Amino acid sequence: MSTDAPVPPSKAIVPAAALIPSGAPFPKAAKVALGMPQLRANLAHATGTIRAKRAKMVGELDDWERLRDTAAAVKADVQHRLPELAVEFERNATAAGATVHWARDAGEANEIAARIVRGAGAEEVVKVKSMATQEIELNEHFEAVGLKAFETDLAELIVQLAEDKPSHILVPAIHYNRTEIRDIFNQRMGDAPSGLTDDPAALAEAARLHLRRRFLSAKVAVSGANFAVAETGSLVVVESEGNGRMCLTMPETLISVVGIEKLLPRFEDLEVFMQLLPRSSTGERMNPYTSVWTGSRDGDGPKDVHVILLDNGRTGVLADKVGRQALSCIRCSACLNVCPVYERTGGHAYGHVYPGPIGAILAPQLEPGKHDDLPYASSLCGACYEVCPVKIDIPEVLVHLRQQGPHQAGEKAAMGAAKALMARPTLWRAALRAARIGSMPWRRKGFMRRLPWPGSRWTVSRDMPMPPKEDFRDWWKERQR
Amino acid sequence: MPRVGLFITCVNDALYPQTPKAVVQILERLGYDVDFPAAQTCCGQMHANSGYKKDAAALARSFDTVFGPYDAIVTPSGSCAAMTRDQYPHLTGSDIGQRVYELSEFLLDVAGVEDVGARFPHTVTYHPTCHGTRALGLGDKPLRLLRAVAGIELVDLPAADQCCGFGGTFALKNSEVSSAMLADKCRHAADTGAEYLAAADNSCLTHIGGGLNRIDRTAPADRRGPRPVHYAEILASTA
Repeated sequence: MSTDAPVPPSKAIVPAAALIPSGAPFPKAAKVALGMPQLRANLAHATGTIRAKRAKMVGELDDWERLRDTAAAVKADVQHRLPELAVEFERNATAAGATVHWARDAGEANEIAARIVRGAGAEEVVKVKSMATQEIELNEHFEAVGLKAFETDLAELIVQLAEDKPSHILVPAIHYNRTEIRDIFNQRMGDAPSGLTDDPAALAEAARLHLRRRFLSAKVAVSGANFAVAETGSLVVVESEGNGRMCLTMPETLISVVGIEKLLPRFEDLEVFMQLLPRSSTGERMNPYTSVWTGSRDGDGPKDVHVILLDNGRTGVLADKVGRQALSCIRCSACLNVCPVYERTGGHAYGHVYPGPIGAILAPQLEPGKHDDLPYASSLCGACYEVCPVKIDIPEVLVHLRQQGPHQAGEKAAMGAAKALMARPTLWRAALRAARIGSMPWRRKGFMRRLPWPGSRWTVSRDMPMPPKEDFRDWWKERQR
Repeated sequence: MPRVGLFITCVNDALYPQTPKAVVQILERLGYDVDFPAAQTCCGQMHANSGYKKDAAALARSFDTVFGPYDAIVTPSGSCAAMTRDQYPHLTGSDIGQRVYELSEFLLDVAGVEDVGARFPHTVTYHPTCHGTRALGLGDKPLRLLRAVAGIELVDLPAADQCCGFGGTFALKNSEVSSAMLADKCRHAADTGAEYLAAADNSCLTHIGGGLNRIDRTAPADRRGPRPVHYAEILASTA
């Protein structure tokens, strides 16, 4: 199709993350994102496509709800006995030849990883797509200590070349279209073939050739894991491109950074999660590559296998009975793809590596005191809960987090005043009457087009109806006579 | 006959008397004796969802006192019904929500009526509000009632399941995102060419109607959006 089309001129690369202020409150950052038409078009197109694929695949299973219930139950069980399962995993992985490390926070995890890389006599690593390493900013740490991390997942590669940040959990380059990706490759990849078009197959081939050279020379690989099986000490990585399989099998040394919530008690639990995850994330019955490894084995795969079990705020989340369901997340991104807020703002506006509805409940819990604005970045429409394969009641947790505060003084006063009226029926009736009488001079206009703050936040795009001439109470009283 | 209490909701109390009037007319037409306890105010949802748990709990307790004596509490709001059913158990331990029915639940599940004898010779598109659909699980109940109305022509709303962007204080706190969601909803509503847009919550209709009203002031005559109407008013209509 587009192979024969004229190649549009290359545009300078401006990473979205540079335009959307990181660290700004969500409403402010969102406003910037809303003003980027290409970003919004890319997001609407991509989330719409995945949404439809997911719905089709989920619709095929008549036991979908029971699978969700089972997954939620397994995850709740894991949360109830996490310490015991983590130790069981360590014991079994160690017995199989892996070295297990414990990292309290991002700093510890990064230091352990850098030490292992140096110990292997390497200065570069190839990476499997991993949210945990994004969370701890491993690439940035490596850069700071003179090591280099190369992303090999196609979308992560695009983001890294663009010097951008991921904007989606599963599809980190969702905010770019293929023309923009071609420009990024042409300007940043070094070995991009000349005359590269924006044909998806041509782009994938260019990335393949670029990455193949990296795979063949790498001594160390870094990955995350989708699941860590306590019973066997195995790690599982689920992927689409095969780059993960290359990283997990070719280099001599493998380092996997795994959040402790990724534990599953039994190997057979995978049966449930492997039905839920691909359908929820990419909208596929089955993902192309699933790698399972248990420690190390002579003559097969990496010799030196390390697992870094990462806390980084997770035990704090575990202490909150309502909030801890956020730890059930399997990072499928179904909630991002259905979220009407995410669809319009993209991931950067959230200012955290986990964006969208799951990010809005995970980020403020992983980093208490930061991201207090994120629980409000939702209309509580509930679309996220409806699709969540592990039944995280995201609206419930959003409301729970809002109730933890802090609250802005002006708003608190307004809410207090409203409650004072609503708690006293006679006052409430008097207030409604006052509003009706007070608005009489303007009634013929029918609608209010401009209101003072905070009502101005409403009238920025919508009118407000006037109170009625006669209310229900008058009508009711009249007919009781 | 169960003792039916009518919870009109604070939004209707302040802005939309015609909706609870319609509920009274429908229920009385079906032979129910409806009572309106005048001490009612608000279910407390705005406070609960904005993070003011204590205030919400106080309002939930008032609701319990006012509506405690009734066998069934009927309300023309999916959102407020969901509040009593989902949040009261956590706020106050009250299970009164089990006796609260959104109008369509009461008509179909309690009264067992699908055709309420209404007539409404107009084109109508229906927006399934988020809390009614997802939190309360109304499914197509309001639509089933609308389909039985004589003379009505129902038109599908594109992307109907997407939120209109209201979300209570979300519309103020995240005004820009909310407005972007509303713009899409209004465009879809106008695309239907329907005369009316019906829904089960006047709060959402205030939002959509406010957006449509704003657009209509500058839109060409053939691109004017539908008029917002609570579906209870259609069910009450015998025009």
